[in-house]
Amino acid sequence: MRKHPSAMVAMLAIVMLILAACTGGGESPGASDPASMAPESMAPESMAPESEAPDESAEAATIKACMVSDVGGIDDNSFNENAWEGMQQAEAELGAEVSFLESRSAEDYARNIDQHISDGCDMIITVGFLLGDATAAAAEANPDTRFAIVDFAYDPALPNVEGLVYNTAEGAMLAGYAAASWSKTGIMGTFGGINIGPGVTDFMDGFIAGMNYYNEQNGTEVRMLGGRDPNNPDSGTFTGNFESTDDAKNVTLGMLQEGADVILPVGGPIGQGTFAAIDEQAADAVGLGVDVDWTLTVPEFSELMLTSIIKRIDNSVFQAIERAINGDAPEPVFVSTLENEGVGIAPFHDYEGEVSDEVKAALEEMADAIIAGELVPADHYGE
Amino acid sequence: MADESRHQELETTEAPASAEPAASPPVPEAAEASGNRVLSALRGILLPALALLAAFAVGAIIIIVTDFDLLGQWGSDPIGAIGASWSSVMRTYGALLRGSIGDPGALFSALFSADWEALRRAFGPLSETIVSATPLILTGLSVALAFRVGLFNIGAEGQLYLGSLFAVIAGFTFVGMPWFIHLPIAVAAGFLGGAVWGFIPGLLKARTGAHEVIVTIMLNFVSYNLINWALKTEFVQREGRPDPISKIVEPSAVIPPLIDGLRAHWGIVIALLAAVGVWWLLFRSTKGFEFRAVGFNPRAARYAGMSISWATVLSMVTAGGLAGLAGAAVILGGSGTLSPGFSPGYGFDGIVVALVGATRPLGVVAAAFLFGALRAGATPMQAATGTPIDIVVVIQALVIMFIAAPALVRAIFRIRAERRMGSEVFAKGWGS
Repeated sequence: MRKHPSAMVAMLAIVMLILAACTGGGESPGASDPASMAPESMAPESMAPESEAPDESAEAATIKACMVSDVGGIDDNSFNENAWEGMQQAEAELGAEVSFLESRSAEDYARNIDQHISDGCDMIITVGFLLGDATAAAAEANPDTRFAIVDFAYDPALPNVEGLVYNTAEGAMLAGYAAASWSKTGIMGTFGGINIGPGVTDFMDGFIAGMNYYNEQNGTEVRMLGGRDPNNPDSGTFTGNFESTDDAKNVTLGMLQEGADVILPVGGPIGQGTFAAIDEQAADAVGLGVDVDWTLTVPEFSELMLTSIIKRIDNSVFQAIERAINGDAPEPVFVSTLENEGVGIAPFHDYEGEVSDEVKAALEEMADAIIAGELVPADHYGE
Repeated sequence: MADESRHQELETTEAPASAEPAASPPVPEAAEASGNRVLSALRGILLPALALLAAFAVGAIIIIVTDFDLLGQWGSDPIGAIGASWSSVMRTYGALLRGSIGDPGALFSALFSADWEALRRAFGPLSETIVSATPLILTGLSVALAFRVGLFNIGAEGQLYLGSLFAVIAGFTFVGMPWFIHLPIAVAAGFLGGAVWGFIPGLLKARTGAHEVIVTIMLNFVSYNLINWALKTEFVQREGRPDPISKIVEPSAVIPPLIDGLRAHWGIVIALLAAVGVWWLLFRSTKGFEFRAVGFNPRAARYAGMSISWATVLSMVTAGGLAGLAGAAVILGGSGTLSPGFSPGYGFDGIVVALVGATRPLGVVAAAFLFGALRAGATPMQAATGTPIDIVVVIQALVIMFIAAPALVRAIFRIRAERRMGSEVFAKGWGS
């Protein structure tokens, strides 16, 4: 007797919950407008005073730009987060309506893009080469929607997709020069996660080019452990994954043992293993961050960070949205360079005082030369 | 009381009727069992349903607590905050529901408008639920089948990866075949891949007594790295791609969509047929009787002349093959290409599905659709309300927790314990 009524109550409760969910859902389309979640950033009145080209921006404004992260998620301290910063900047400065969807596995890529399309997004930004296939398929199926993909370019190009790629070798060359000048033992080291070119190897090659250039200019003989032969795509020191900080730590310990005092780990999160190793050994050594300014994203190791080789994914994403708003034709391959502030090096932060003014001046000269096309990293890969 | 006495009546009136042809002593027992079956089936649904309800309730609290704007409101305006919390939770769950089943209004009007595009859009959420449910049914069956033999198959994830590797290789290697030859070959290759990966722990268990939990977990790791390696070999890796990604399968090996323009594919039919197959194997075949006997009591089974080794190996091979089918269905029905980490844990979710489905094929199908719906609804939920997709993982975990602790659910909802305990031997612990 007793159990049946309570079971009925429970069942009733489920039914009520479902009904409530239905009716709640019925009201929500208006309420769930993404704009309502970020009221301050829309701020149309703050746009008005700027009024650079009031008429045009008022007409062309409010494109709906939507982003799909890869499995790293929107708060990965790395390129997904950086791309989202570019989206938010576009929201604040261009009045674009932005939203994002996170992917938990490769299975989500197509689903998330489809969701954005059915939500009426004008432009879809997919982050990372992992989304290459899903983006291409969606772009072909939806020729009227504009796409941009970070870290990937199609060959042959698709008419409605922008491939945003980064000439990180330019930034890495500056870092290599600065690192070589800092090194006291005259030995540096670099290694990667997985041998994926150019996403990983450009950092390593550019770093080596910077060191070689330093040697040429100053008659020194700073040398590199690990790294790779830029002319041989299959060579190089790689830990084999982008997950294990332990593997990176072991490689770093080996390099420290051999006297290296500047180490560049290229593999997103695994780089933290390098800093852990330097910290553990209390070595008089530094490491470098990649992609974003690690002094800000991994502050616990900021004391060991000479600088970071950065990819301004946020800038490239912002510029892609700007092009879409202006109605420019999609750029099949948009290369971020020092010139368009798409790549570069982070400030030296704690090491500001240890990098001489001479070196800083030399770095600025190098940057100018690279922008002018007089200095090309590939020319300094060594023999 | 009234209910029970009526039940008694039902049984007594039923028993003589069915007893007439055979008129032998065991028949009344059988009739009682069939009468109880309705009741126990209801009970079987009740506990998971209540666990789900409890999980959603806890999930609602998490949604409220993790919303910092709402938390601020609790400080300044508690009464308004109650309303805001309620509407926030309802909006989230409403979006989840609309994302998994669809907007009832839109479904209804689309059915009558006969507008193809509207129909396609209205059925999109259901299609996504089917997409997510397909591999879950197969991995759920894989885990459930092994459970019935007293084996804990933690390796469905690894078996799924092996199946997907075999399927994708079969998919791009054979060129120029008609689809009705090529597709079955590719699907069978998926089964084979998983079966190989199930055979290893099965054989080790039968021959050496190595515990299948340890071996299957370890084989998961082996499979991840095997995939990583295979995807970098010249044979498998796509030309011109530096990253680990396989060649694309031939169009003749693609599992076609149920309806053009929707992602749901005929893999769901494969999965449902597999469920029927597992049901037949377990409850209608001699081998299945042996499987279950070994699962209930290995010593008694051996005394009755059954081979425990055979049952172990055979069930693990079949379980592995089912998980492999899941991998084949995901790859051949989805992207058509293999990349590392494509599975969001279908193999591990299969354990949950088997648990919630009480290791019955029908239960597994129902549970797989439930979790498939949760997963499919999570994407639009995230789009509409900004609720992180992880809330679905939390709810899923809570469901497992509540189901694993039936006493807790009974205590919450004040349900008396079942009289007949132990009819479902779910996991037999480490020593079995």
